[in-house]
Amino acid sequence: MKYNITKKTIEKYLDEGKRLDGRKPFDHRDVEVTFNISKHAEGSVGVKIGKTEVFAGIKMATQEPYPDHENEGTMMTTMELLPLSSPDFDYGPPRINAIEMARIIDRGIRESGFIDFHKLCIKEGEKVWNIFIDLVSINDDGNLIDAGALAAILALKVAKMPVYDEETEMVKHGEFTNNSLPLTDKMPITITFNKIGDQVIIDPTKQEEEVAEGRLTVEISKPDKEEIINAMQKGGEATLSVEEVDKMLDEAKKIFKNINELVDKELKAKK
Amino acid sequence: MKRSKNKMTEKEKKETKSEKRQIVIPGEIIAKGDDVLPGDWTIRKDKDIIATRFGVLDKSDRLVKVMPLSGRYIPRRGNVVIGVIEDLTMKGWIVDIEAPYSAFLLLKECPMFIKESEMDSVYNVGDLFVGKIFNVGRGSIDLTTKGRGLGKIKDGIIIKVNPNRVPRIIGKEGSMIKLIKTASDCEITVGQNGLIWIKGEETEDELFAEKAINFVNENTIVEGLTEKVEDWLKKNKKSSKKEEKKE
Amino acid sequence: MSYTKRSDGRKMDELRPIITKVGVVPSADGSAMFAQGDTIAIASVHGPRILNPRHQQDPGRGLIRVHYNMLPFSVSDRIRPGLSRRSQEISKVTEWALTPVVMLDDLPGTVVDVHINIQQANAGTRCAGINAAALALAHAGIPMKEMISAVAIGKIDDKIVADITKEEEDYEEGEGATDIPMTFLSNSEEISLLQLDGKIQLKRLKEALEAGKKACKEINKIQEKALKESI
Repeated sequence: MKYNITKKTIEKYLDEGKRLDGRKPFDHRDVEVTFNISKHAEGSVGVKIGKTEVFAGIKMATQEPYPDHENEGTMMTTMELLPLSSPDFDYGPPRINAIEMARIIDRGIRESGFIDFHKLCIKEGEKVWNIFIDLVSINDDGNLIDAGALAAILALKVAKMPVYDEETEMVKHGEFTNNSLPLTDKMPITITFNKIGDQVIIDPTKQEEEVAEGRLTVEISKPDKEEIINAMQKGGEATLSVEEVDKMLDEAKKIFKNINELVDKELKAKK
Repeated sequence: MKRSKNKMTEKEKKETKSEKRQIVIPGEIIAKGDDVLPGDWTIRKDKDIIATRFGVLDKSDRLVKVMPLSGRYIPRRGNVVIGVIEDLTMKGWIVDIEAPYSAFLLLKECPMFIKESEMDSVYNVGDLFVGKIFNVGRGSIDLTTKGRGLGKIKDGIIIKVNPNRVPRIIGKEGSMIKLIKTASDCEITVGQNGLIWIKGEETEDELFAEKAINFVNENTIVEGLTEKVEDWLKKNKKSSKKEEKKE
Repeated sequence: MSYTKRSDGRKMDELRPIITKVGVVPSADGSAMFAQGDTIAIASVHGPRILNPRHQQDPGRGLIRVHYNMLPFSVSDRIRPGLSRRSQEISKVTEWALTPVVMLDDLPGTVVDVHINIQQANAGTRCAGINAAALALAHAGIPMKEMISAVAIGKIDDKIVADITKEEEDYEEGEGATDIPMTFLSNSEEISLLQLDGKIQLKRLKEALEAGKKACKEINKIQEKALKESI
């Protein structure tokens, strides 16, 4: 249940630059990464941000390419908000937040050029690889979207191509090659800002998320020397000023650097 | 010589009792025979007494019961609880007290006179208040706000703890929570249903009280908790207060 | 050639290594992870809470509601997210398995929701799910008469084995593979779930049930340890 005083209290604390869990507005909770949480997946990762936890699994299959992209592989991202992960999630068709989150994460990966879809072509016009990115929430304590996005890119990074039998033209599910997916260095990092009253924070807890009136998700990659925004989404009813957006993008640069370093560290440790 | 022997045995008995806090699980046989009576969260099956909850065993000569370690709040008459308004009806408000059932606050159980048309200006959906349970029936829980310390919560912070840990957080005759109140300089109301209201002058004080309560909450099963909490409070109390004095 | 040696080298009555942990979903009232070999199940419990819609309430007691679901990447051939007939059936038999164990007579009109998700599958998923659910229910403070444990007994060719793997499920030589998932309650040793899929002589079923009883006793000890060590 939402409490009316929570918003007031959070705003009061933010005016003093504090949050209820002792963090500062742009402090990120601790991130914990576990690789290979599901061995039948081509790649899988569990990401914890504070108490929030998301699993990502990569599965690959073959299919016909889209008409305008005869020699490119395809991708599909889903996000399931499992009722297991929160007393507020019900069973039934995906709610708008699950749909929106999946689409935002999908956009960032697609637009960044992180996946080289041309290298996923098996037979032009006839058969290409499809990458399924399935995200599921395991515990919701806010910021499922950033956790999900991080899990998605880490899972893609550690995934291995399944064996493809040229003769039968079938995927041998369960058999893996030693080849990674065709990825580039244009890895997108997703950062979501939440607006509460006049203040802006990142990495909200569930409590903070419930009282936020607006949010801005940015997905940034850095192929060369400059940060590139690949996707953006403003959510919620609140409006943002140009100055606010500018300030968020400034912070985003710093956070991008930190998360990038975290990703490097985790991938190195895995080896 | 005999007397001192007896005294020692009694002392030893007490010591071993407090050391052995036995955890039991549902279905576990915790006593045998007809001499012992089945208390809270136990059932008798022929000659055996079986635990029905995950908790700490409380065994005396005549009675055996289980003190739950987990589970939703079970409303009891006389408990002070913190509730949040779920809905308004003609005669009063439906209240969520984090129990299996919703509770009810009748208009006439408020200390001031309230017209039906003004109900939402007193308590609206999402408002929090401190209330007392004066009656528990089958599926019904009745609250009142008539009484000292009861009424609307207008500011401060609310934290949630496992309701089974509330007795430890309050301490014997309120000793534990008193320690925290003094050290943090905050007003703290602990609802038996696991909701705790902290109100301090400074946000810093409120955060400190919250941390202290979380410390107790995470260590409830530890022996010598009072000393550990006193140590923690001394160590973590911001020296900023000392610095302020210096300035 | 009869099935004299199990494909993973285990003895006929040997269970796969079990790893289990309680409290893995902090926002739930109770939760647990239960892994039997390569099969990993996560369960969480919400409740007791009022059951909506009202017409589904039982005025005489609280109810258990189970939802079993396999994560899309838990198997080699991806599973499309959403309800399947198989998961609906397993949800129902699991509900029937857990209901005799919980004591909800004092909570009419309420429901205890049990969510079971399979993170990784290698046969015996509904059993791992029930083992996880039992822990989650106890962890959530739901009153229970006794604990419940589950195991998938198999008849591979002519051998009764405990805790079958997918490889064993797919065995085709000799008498083939028969899959017999079952649950046993910890004190009464009664069965609350029993299913069978394959070919087994009537006279041999008792053997399978005894094997199940023995295996479940072992599993119950592990569940007990997990709960007690969670403090």
